[in-house]
Amino acid sequence: MFEASLTEVAAALTARRVSSVELTQACLDRIARAQGQLNAFITVDPERSLAQARAADARIARGEAGPLTGIPVAHKDIFCAKGWLTTCASKMLADFVAPYDSHVVERFDRAGAVLLGKTNMDEFAMGSSSENSHYGPVRNPWHTGFVPGGSSGGSAAAVAARLAPCATGTDTGGSIRQPAALCGVSGIKPTYGLVSRYGMIAFASSLDQGGPFARTAADLALLLNAMVGFDPRDATSLERPKEDYSRALEQPLAGLRIGLPREYFGPGMDDDVRRAVEDAIAALGKLGAAAVEVTLPNTGLSVPAYYVIAPAEASSNLSRYDGVRYGYRAPEYADLLDLYCKTRAQGFGPEVKRRILVGTYVLSHGYYDAYYLQAQRVRRLIAQDFVEAFKRCDVVLGPTSPTVAFRVGEKAADPVKMYLNDIYTTAANLAGLPAMSIPCGFGAGGLPVGLHLAGNYFAEGRLLNVAHQYQRATDWHARTPPAFA
Amino acid sequence: MSLSLDDVRRIAHLARIEVSDAELRAVQQQLNGILGLVEQLQAAETAGVAPMAHAQNVTLRLRDDEVTEPDQREPFQSTAPAVEAGLYLVPKVIE
Repeated sequence: MFEASLTEVAAALTARRVSSVELTQACLDRIARAQGQLNAFITVDPERSLAQARAADARIARGEAGPLTGIPVAHKDIFCAKGWLTTCASKMLADFVAPYDSHVVERFDRAGAVLLGKTNMDEFAMGSSSENSHYGPVRNPWHTGFVPGGSSGGSAAAVAARLAPCATGTDTGGSIRQPAALCGVSGIKPTYGLVSRYGMIAFASSLDQGGPFARTAADLALLLNAMVGFDPRDATSLERPKEDYSRALEQPLAGLRIGLPREYFGPGMDDDVRRAVEDAIAALGKLGAAAVEVTLPNTGLSVPAYYVIAPAEASSNLSRYDGVRYGYRAPEYADLLDLYCKTRAQGFGPEVKRRILVGTYVLSHGYYDAYYLQAQRVRRLIAQDFVEAFKRCDVVLGPTSPTVAFRVGEKAADPVKMYLNDIYTTAANLAGLPAMSIPCGFGAGGLPVGLHLAGNYFAEGRLLNVAHQYQRATDWHARTPPAFA
Repeated sequence: MSLSLDDVRRIAHLARIEVSDAELRAVQQQLNGILGLVEQLQAAETAGVAPMAHAQNVTLRLRDDEVTEPDQREPFQSTAPAVEAGLYLVPKVIE
């Protein structure tokens, strides 16, 4: 069952070869055994999960099952789930029990999926290693001395270690794709506006987007079908005709034009990553795809633009944490101003504080034009680069991360060093484009390498098709970390 | 653009985050490092380029002016640090 696809599991559930209760219990057992090594979960509530599983089994017995009924799903602890602790891996929300469901959790609930637990992450989604957590770092199932990536590291690790067949994450600058790459699993960030952000704790509102993790592209399609949909409670939610993201999976790749940005394939990518990506390009060539060189001239400005825009929006979004209506409150303070200043100094971790301070600065009087507006103009240039590139290709391909996973603690001392992990992923967030990462090999130390595919707006079906055909011809996605086989 | 210690104090005040004197220098160093990364934006040729806030060309939706939210004061205030008579308690603001 742990190697089966979501479709196979759903079939087994409907045929009553396995029950949701058995499946959920098996996952909970694995989670408990792995927790000491991986620290992938912040909250697990077996009684609640099993109650949902029993309800799912009843629904299956009545013949009212959908594709995800009875399937256990782990949620990044950034999604509010009613009655569940929702902490964002922060001391600021360590006691926060969400009084409502996020749209994403609601959709899984309506589909009859089972909430398996809340996964660990970088605090308030700020990070690329899942080391910035109030609950301690998450570890990579392939080698526990190494990071799983971030900020959705717990979700990626859970799927890689077969603790959960699927999980949710969020992606603001690469936080689904990069951990997917470092953990050897598949993850997709949809076009901005497709997945409602209602109840998804806000980091940078013009960039944040929720999306799924699974072991295959076909599974991601099923999960996207559940997650995507108009929600009037999210002002940026897009109203579009309902799509089946698995409809194009079996399309042959003959005639597919794969854009290789010349800016991606210079220095800046480790040799082991380069080899795995080049092998993937060759494999896609054998499936009928043609490689085309394209140019994304403003690539070098993605990370700088992101590290102006994201902190700016974060400084605004995180101003709600003031010790008044919910969350942490400093135990001692002299007056209201002191209440705010101490609550926020004590409640936030160092990376969160850094980003709020940077964001406050770039929005402040005298600097707004030079920094924030300039970054938003550069953002348009970056988006225009892709518009041009997509005239000559169908998907843009590159590595997801310049390196394989690094050691826990290796980059933690230097924020800028950590930020440079994001060079291949941030552009898709800035432009609002769909993008995914799938496993394409292994590098130094037997650590996974991820292949990054970006598509034009609303081209998720095409991306999943390319990924699925690649996964039919290769087996990187089916490999299991030795300690969790 | 390099921040002075006074700049850091000012920004911390704007952000309502207490930064102790002991932390000030380290925070200054880290912020300057990040601003160094970001400096590259200044060189970008952006004359005539409109700022982009949103990927899709959409406008804010309007809805009918009807009451749609139920009264959830009790469950929402159950997570508050200090409430009384339905009010959030904070230190006195007005002397």
